[in-house]
Amino acid sequence: MRTLVLAEHDNLELKAQTLNAVTCALALGRVDVLVAGADCQAVADAAASIQGVDKVLLADAIHLKHPLAEDVAPPLVQLAVDYDALLAPATTSGKNVMPRVAALLDVQQISDICAVVDADTFKRPIYAGNAIATVRSLGAKKVITVRATAFDSAPIGSQRAPIETIEAPPPANVSTFVSAELTQSNRPELSCAGVVISGGRGMGSGESFALLEAVADQLGGAVGASRAAVDAGFAPNDTQVGQTGKVVAPELYIAVGISGAIQHLAGMIESRVIVAINSDPDAPIFRVADYGLVADLFDVLPELAQELEQ
Amino acid sequence: MRILVAVKRVVDYNVRIRVRADGTGVDTAGVKMSMNPFDEIATEQAVRLKEAGVATEVVAVSIGEAKAQDTIRTALAMGADRGIHVAADASLEPLAVAKVLSALARRECPGLILLGKQAIDDDANQTAQMLAALLGWGQGTFASQLNIEDGTARVVREIDGGLETLSLKLPCVVSADLRLNEPRYASLPNIMKAKSKPIDALTLGELGVDATPRLDVLAIEAPAPRQAGQILGSVAELVEKLKTEAKVI
Repeated sequence: MRTLVLAEHDNLELKAQTLNAVTCALALGRVDVLVAGADCQAVADAAASIQGVDKVLLADAIHLKHPLAEDVAPPLVQLAVDYDALLAPATTSGKNVMPRVAALLDVQQISDICAVVDADTFKRPIYAGNAIATVRSLGAKKVITVRATAFDSAPIGSQRAPIETIEAPPPANVSTFVSAELTQSNRPELSCAGVVISGGRGMGSGESFALLEAVADQLGGAVGASRAAVDAGFAPNDTQVGQTGKVVAPELYIAVGISGAIQHLAGMIESRVIVAINSDPDAPIFRVADYGLVADLFDVLPELAQELEQ
Repeated sequence: MRILVAVKRVVDYNVRIRVRADGTGVDTAGVKMSMNPFDEIATEQAVRLKEAGVATEVVAVSIGEAKAQDTIRTALAMGADRGIHVAADASLEPLAVAKVLSALARRECPGLILLGKQAIDDDANQTAQMLAALLGWGQGTFASQLNIEDGTARVVREIDGGLETLSLKLPCVVSADLRLNEPRYASLPNIMKAKSKPIDALTLGELGVDATPRLDVLAIEAPAPRQAGQILGSVAELVEKLKTEAKVI
């Protein structure tokens, strides 16, 4: 079976989720990677050194600078004839592009898979992860998005797969990129961080997120938030962990002032070790936590930062 | 300009679902059903565009069993002008739903189609993108802001790492994220008024859509439960456990 993985990148760096998608694709068969962008040779070079990748296809064109679904889908559709499965990590970019590709190929996409059962059968979470569906594709061609946290990262090797340049179809001219406002942070990206510390409604204000940041700095972790905290304006939208925000599965997840709504659990339940800090002993978060502290977070957080510093 | 808004009937977001022990699915008998929350946001946006004089008519579409008409009535009570119910099995796949909506778009000629970004039952997050593809239109997914001016839609999208603004030619497809707006509660007079608004009934055959499933659902199971752990007495004890027992720091 031949598979093609759409690389996630910003024209400068290959994003880590691509490595997880490659591991998933290797479970299906041989793997090529498509890098679609502008001035993105460095990304193609990085993709070529992923262990297990046979070949990198590079579509380098100015209209692919911003990954507009209308322009990224056509090269995938054009290449699809040579592949049995097209995969992308289930990032906001992969979620945006792949269903467009699937519809153009008349394929029913399988979203956000968390396990490969066999070449045609996959597991995926539904109902915010409260149920796991096993689905079998009845069609020959498959379009799949991959839950990155459910697969290991493919290692980077010293070998170099060949890079083949391909001609991208012309722009669709129905959409234009205007601007992007990206959060600047020195901390690791939420979806790939080894440690995540998240705050909920219990934080009381945006200012008190500084207490979480102090702990995150000690652990080299990322800071997340529950939907309630984002809705209350304590934290930016792109820090939301949950069914409709980001799905994370770090080695260590610390939930602070978070009650543990189903919606939030869906985004962090696969974390290896979960710590809950909450003043309410009945908070549902304690039912999934490995370690719990029933205490006032405003006492605990400074003490934790201090303890970790020692 | 006419706006088409697609609404899905799903298990209410407050209900804790029960997975059947035999692996055949999720129990929906006697369970409270509501409009998919993201579709409520899409409906609210459509109604606001009408109130602002940008749109002249809002048409709410639902595809599914007869009960889907209740969901259309909810949209009508929020301010949609009329409804279209396409009779189908409740488990229609997103590709088939997108085909139905594209057939309706060719009949209704909307300037904008609004949908929720995903349904909270199958969590597929596909229909809007597929619909845009089938129509050859631009797509503004995961929208947190939408302005219509001079024949274009300016959409602010929620993406990993921040926000992105796109300009889309009309007609286009926009899918609503959580923070596009806060949907209104329908008032009692509007709920009464909605009862007399028209709902057209159509079938898949009339729209020429083949909805044969492309996927076979083999099993639906509850996820492996996570065991509750230990309640600790102090921060020092927590740090000690994380170091020596869990070995994560």
